[in-house]
Amino acid sequence: MKYEVVIGLEVHAELSTKSKAFCSCSTTFGADPNTQCCPVCIGMPGVLPIMNKKALEYTIRAGLALNCSIAKHTKWDRKNYFYPDLPRACQISQYDMPVCQKGYLDIVADEKAKRIGINRIHLEEDAGKLLHDPYMDHTLVDLNRSGVPLIEIVTEPDLRSAEEAKVFLENLRTILQYIDVSDCKMQEGSLRCDVNVSVRPEGQEEFGERTEMKNLNSFRAVYRAIEYEASRQISILEEGGKILRETRRWDDGLGRSFAMRTKEQAQDYRYFPEPDLPPVEIDDEWVEMIRKDIPELPAQKQKRFVEEFGLPEYDAEILTTSIDLARFFEKCVEIYQNPKTVSNWLMGDFLRLVNERNIEISDVPVSPENLASLLRLIDSNVISGSIAKTVFEDMFDTGRDPETIVEQKGLKQISDKDELVQIIRKVIEDNPKSVEDYKKGKKKAMGFLVGQTMKATKGRANPQLVNTILLEELDK
Amino acid sequence: MEAYKLTVHEAADLIKKKRVTSYELTQAVLNRIEQVEQDVKAFITLTDSSALEEAQNTDALINQDENISDIAGIPFGLEDNICTAGIKTTCASKMLENFVPQYEAAVSGKLRESKGILLGKLNMDEFSLGVATETSYFHKSRNPWDINRDIGSFCGGAAASVAADEVFYSLAADTGGSLRRSAALCGVVGLKPSYGMVSRYGVILSASSLAQVGVIAKDVRDCAIILKAISGHDVRDPMTVQTNFNDGMTADEPGIKGMRIGIPREYLDSYMDEHVAEAVRNALKVFEDLGATIEEISLPGVVYAPAAYSIILSAEASSNLGRYDGIKFGYKAEGLQDLDEMYKKSRSQGFGDQVKLRIMLGNHVLSADNYERYYLKALKTRTIIKQEFEKAFEKYDIIISPTCAATGSKSNQNDDESLNAFLTDIYTAPASVIGLPAMSIPCGFDNNGFPIGIQLIGRSFEEGTLLKAALGFEQNTDYHIKRPVINWR
Ligand SMILES: [Zn+2]
Repeated sequence: MKYEVVIGLEVHAELSTKSKAFCSCSTTFGADPNTQCCPVCIGMPGVLPIMNKKALEYTIRAGLALNCSIAKHTKWDRKNYFYPDLPRACQISQYDMPVCQKGYLDIVADEKAKRIGINRIHLEEDAGKLLHDPYMDHTLVDLNRSGVPLIEIVTEPDLRSAEEAKVFLENLRTILQYIDVSDCKMQEGSLRCDVNVSVRPEGQEEFGERTEMKNLNSFRAVYRAIEYEASRQISILEEGGKILRETRRWDDGLGRSFAMRTKEQAQDYRYFPEPDLPPVEIDDEWVEMIRKDIPELPAQKQKRFVEEFGLPEYDAEILTTSIDLARFFEKCVEIYQNPKTVSNWLMGDFLRLVNERNIEISDVPVSPENLASLLRLIDSNVISGSIAKTVFEDMFDTGRDPETIVEQKGLKQISDKDELVQIIRKVIEDNPKSVEDYKKGKKKAMGFLVGQTMKATKGRANPQLVNTILLEELDK
Repeated sequence: MEAYKLTVHEAADLIKKKRVTSYELTQAVLNRIEQVEQDVKAFITLTDSSALEEAQNTDALINQDENISDIAGIPFGLEDNICTAGIKTTCASKMLENFVPQYEAAVSGKLRESKGILLGKLNMDEFSLGVATETSYFHKSRNPWDINRDIGSFCGGAAASVAADEVFYSLAADTGGSLRRSAALCGVVGLKPSYGMVSRYGVILSASSLAQVGVIAKDVRDCAIILKAISGHDVRDPMTVQTNFNDGMTADEPGIKGMRIGIPREYLDSYMDEHVAEAVRNALKVFEDLGATIEEISLPGVVYAPAAYSIILSAEASSNLGRYDGIKFGYKAEGLQDLDEMYKKSRSQGFGDQVKLRIMLGNHVLSADNYERYYLKALKTRTIIKQEFEKAFEKYDIIISPTCAATGSKSNQNDDESLNAFLTDIYTAPASVIGLPAMSIPCGFDNNGFPIGIQLIGRSFEEGTLLKAALGFEQNTDYHIKRPVINWR
């Protein structure tokens, strides 16, 4: 029997507001433990939460970018459970009146265009973090993250493959970054994802029983976890078994998921309206102001890159998958007027190194100005294209400007004719057999001699000059 | 007259005329505390030495500057759920026995910035759950009217301290009527303001949507002075609102004449002690003689208020008390094996029975299976009661009831205070459930000489009307003047 996989996602994105959702503490990532806390976000008794209007604004902005309708009235609810990273044993969240509802995101996966429904987006606060101290056999609590605003984006069960889920997440991340509400760094935990998976015989209307996998921390993990879970469920059904409604934990190292708890063991969060915060009225005027403020989204930008810069569709698509990459490109072409060359470099060495070094584009220390300078060095024959690749790698790792690197490493192209003549004469002298071959008409020998010249100059020789001089010298 | 017997406005007047100093006032109440506190036991923590120091500093300020507040230099007490920076704030619980907050409650901050002199922290029920300080982890506080009779009448430390002249006034939280009830039993004035009138910032409350910080004072004028000092919008409490507070104390305003007063039939039909009934009848007569019209009205919803109150209180308390887990602050059990045990033992050992009962009830009414049956129904009841009162207030300025069904001298007739309290809830819970201002003023004494209180309920944010009516009543009666005689050992 053929089966269809049905997937729904719950994506948590930390908002990049300067201060926390219900107090004025900073949200900066990476500070020393418990240095960005106050009585409110560590759960001291008697103090009260105050809503951060910016967090609500960001939530509305995300809702608008994902084509949601925005609630006129909304409220806060308490989700109660005990865990050491939750200082008040309750989380301020939204239960039945989320800020945003009924949106969608259009994706293209497996060469098919598809509309994925967004069920809701609500705003809530994040919990702290537990740190396990291996020396003391203690668990320590860091509450810097406690109270950081978080949006939960819940999709409809519209996704049908791991590939679709991956593409959806990539597009979603791009949009959230474009509208500047979240930096979406999975490594830092600012984007997290739970996945609901079920399978059903193809053609069947009714959904199968679903399982939920928690906190997958890379797109690759999401992809693999879905593939694993779908085949696990299918083989259970084929053996005549039943799928249990349960929560499972994905172990990325083992490439397997394990049951955490069944439906019966599920927590009762005892939601009720938050009595310390008044309900919120969202007026249309404010929503319209936020709507006007939404910048160009990926699809529009892609179209403009083709029209304005004459880029191929493919280039425009790659460059706009990340707001940081798109911004880098836009800044660079402002000061270096050959868009296709810039695009080639970004899609080539730039993205190759981003992948190899496994870092975020925003963390790449190369500035658009420096890339433009590098390209100008090539244009003015100061360095060759192949040397430029070495220089760029240095720039990428150290953040230094290309002029300094070229100067310090002595990478300037040798375009001095007399100097090159000397070197080439030596090459001819050292390789009599190749010279002979050349004279016998073996054109390949010419290539070998060019190579030897480049080797002797550590690649710095001006390639055109090398060709000219070699021909002159050989023909003597 | 002994200085400790003064009211706030009398003391303020003498301070301004330089006939008494803050130091003398503070010394006078400290002497008084020395005499009676071993019997009354109103305090959990005394801040006597810092109080004398603050009084001296305030005297120095008064000598330099004529322009001081009405409460400068006058000693007061705070219920021990009102956070005081650097001073233990226990909520009368083992859980917070050694808790010293680093922040100051908004109300306490306001009084101290106005140079009020903090004398100490007053006894209460553990986390405000219970009646009459009987659930305090430390000790019970005795009703000063009962000192020599040994009837066993207990009450909130905030009311006991004012009735015993240990402080000039006090602040306490009123969750479902505890402040008004204690004030009535102790023969003093107690005012619970409208929800949103006074900042809750820094006050450790079990029920966020019910409780307000209120005033206990020796007379109505004092009550108005203190309410004025503590009320107003506070950015740290999003529930507070900006109001134009009129204290109703101006002499040229029309008084009780022309006021329309409603008395709910449901209250007249409910059980109350005969002496209470008589005192209320007499009080109504006073209002009538002063030109008010009194009519019987019907508020059918009030009989459901105690149940709605109890459900909302339990639900909010179960959640608000979740933070006491042994991890960050407060009591932590010893000899723990794992996280689960830390939660269970710390909370089992740190909380008293009444608190545990409320937590269990709260978890029950909020659980997915019971939410609609209990919690949601309580919220609906709240809406119905609100509509009934709003309708009544279209026609009436004030709604009157007894504050308690019985007096302190009846305490021993019930095995526990909770029955009396439950009978009282029908009077006091509605104003808490829907956030109306309500105050209790002395209106008589029973055959054993225990005080009786009458409750006035007003429109939201119209404390001025309540105070005006209360002042008119007080000026024409003398119940508030009589103080308990404490024949200390
Ligand atoms: Zn904070």
